[in-house]
Amino acid sequence: MTTTRIDRCFAKLKDEGRPALVTYFMGGDPDYETSLKIMKAMPAAGTDVIELGMPFSDPMADGPAIQAAGLRALKGGQTLARTIQMVRDFRAHDDDTPIVMMGYYNPIYIYGVERFLAEARDAGLDGLIVVDLPPEMDAELCVPALKAGINFIRLATPTTDAKRLPKVLENTSGFVYYVSMTGITGSALANTGDVSEAVARIKSHTDLPVCVGFGVKTAEQARAIGASADGVVVGTAIVNAVASVLGPDGQMTADPAEAVATLVSGLAQGVRRARLEAVD
Amino acid sequence: MNMPIQPNSFRTGPDEAGMFGVFGGRFVAETLMPLILELETQWNQAKTDPAFQAELKNLSTYYAGRPSKLYFAEGLTRHLGGAKIYLKREDLNHTGSHKINNCLGQILLAKRMGKTRIIAETGAGQHGVASATVSARFGFPCVVYMGATDVERQKPNVFRMKLLGAQVNPVSSGHGTLKDAMNEALRDWVTNVHDTYYLIGTAAGPHPYPEMVREFQSVIGTEAREQILEQEGRLPDAIIASVGGGSNAIGLFHPFLDDRDVRIIGIEAGGRGLGGVEHCASMSAGKPGVLHGNRTYLLQNEDGQIVDGHSISAGLDYPGVGPEHSWLRDSGRVEYVPIMDDEALAAFQLTTRVEGIIPALESAHAIAQAVKLAPTMGKEEIIVINLSGRGDKDVHTVASMMGMEF
Repeated sequence: MTTTRIDRCFAKLKDEGRPALVTYFMGGDPDYETSLKIMKAMPAAGTDVIELGMPFSDPMADGPAIQAAGLRALKGGQTLARTIQMVRDFRAHDDDTPIVMMGYYNPIYIYGVERFLAEARDAGLDGLIVVDLPPEMDAELCVPALKAGINFIRLATPTTDAKRLPKVLENTSGFVYYVSMTGITGSALANTGDVSEAVARIKSHTDLPVCVGFGVKTAEQARAIGASADGVVVGTAIVNAVASVLGPDGQMTADPAEAVATLVSGLAQGVRRARLEAVD
Repeated sequence: MNMPIQPNSFRTGPDEAGMFGVFGGRFVAETLMPLILELETQWNQAKTDPAFQAELKNLSTYYAGRPSKLYFAEGLTRHLGGAKIYLKREDLNHTGSHKINNCLGQILLAKRMGKTRIIAETGAGQHGVASATVSARFGFPCVVYMGATDVERQKPNVFRMKLLGAQVNPVSSGHGTLKDAMNEALRDWVTNVHDTYYLIGTAAGPHPYPEMVREFQSVIGTEAREQILEQEGRLPDAIIASVGGGSNAIGLFHPFLDDRDVRIIGIEAGGRGLGGVEHCASMSAGKPGVLHGNRTYLLQNEDGQIVDGHSISAGLDYPGVGPEHSWLRDSGRVEYVPIMDDEALAAFQLTTRVEGIIPALESAHAIAQAVKLAPTMGKEEIIVINLSGRGDKDVHTVASMMGMEF
């Protein structure tokens, strides 16, 4: 397939000699306009790749923070159609920052796979992460997405052994998302030594960039993980930053976009220090 | 001829990929895939291993009390004035329902796989009790996830699980019912995959669970088929079972699927009616989607968000159904019809009064269909109903429906 914004982004960062900061937020949390503002604030604060969460009623691989964010978004009227619209609105004034949509399969299946891929690509989507579609189910969405020119980013986990890794990597494109521990989003961070070993193992099987996520919350953790990974993914901490400025009835007590930008700036400094100190 | 094309046999599924037609599959996170593949390998070995089968048979006989009786329900038959009614007495099993059949099979697999911790989800608490029971018997720690609403309406079973040494974790997300319990069990599993066996209670979830649970529950239909041939000298005209996830139903139905003259009816929870969202009739009023590891009929909105249903019966209060039922529905072999809360409650009271048997509210849905059907059939005709569990657990719910306190 042709190169995507994701491919170009990682090529540029490789030249710069630093890992990417990949930041996740939940589309539509707490409402469409606020959420779009959060998205727009991310690149200026230091985000390299945006992960746009698609809310689902039953997020089986997510911890309490992202579960709650998804419910807030659904309550605020978010749908898959509006999440695609969010990509379109963002692209109106940012044509560089890669966007990856992340979520679960059912809303896409119900929307219609071909219709979804066509509309999402035209809106400016670059990649997809769908948690409940392992390689065994590639015919469902992965293969059609690749044909549509959208990267299909697969999760590799600590349970993905050497025998299985080639199967996981087979149809992966864009980057590989290494889940640092067995568990749900927002759990404690794994031992960074184990993570760099796993990253090295995956890199021996593929030329794709390897990003690491699940459990990264602070700039210091981003720095440590970024020493070996090509990218660091932060999700729950960002969703928590949004939640922290919401009152008990969901009213905003401060600007969520500003809260997220402050956090992202700190994380961006972390990843920018990663290789410098790794060399020391 | 405009007949749909019929397969030579309805009993050959699933295929190698775990599909029943377009239904089923393995829609799970990568973290779980290696374990699910390992489970499939172990299951394929176990099902043809005489030692495994002998141990299961022994436990079924001496621990669970199988075979369960096929009982001619003279009181119901006389009251309804039509077809002869037989009840397959799964309520007489150890722990009071069909759930023990599956739990004994899976606990032996867990042991075989070297797992050291059991988790389970439960709706009515029958599967939770059966899981806690086999965990106690085999010395495994056991954690049961149960919706907070269900914890409230099935208190006797919650206490039984605790007595048996299980930890009961109430789940308050969603409506606090079976769907939410299953989400939380999956989150536990993905976190503790190295030592934990997930003992799924119904014929749903990722392959190989639907097939495996069906095989462990098919003892119901295999026995019922032999028993009716012995007692009546012929096969029944109709068989009926309630369908939540659908394990008691697939257990009764599967051995009869190729007996084309036997009418097979699955009963979904119609709740307060199919007009709104207060029901759990996923095959009557839902559409195919992907949840909890499989593609199947689901209650969902136009955005693919899963909708919380309603049923008076906690065991049927689930917005999906096992994938083989979805396939049997579309192939036309099995009819699926809804029974409303009030019809189930009436059948519960009727069975109690004329048979001296208090049925589970889940099973009362199946009986309610026979209440409608039997009078339209001849006195020589035969209906077999799966009395999947006993109703002691439901007396609080029934009392409050009847406006009584005790």
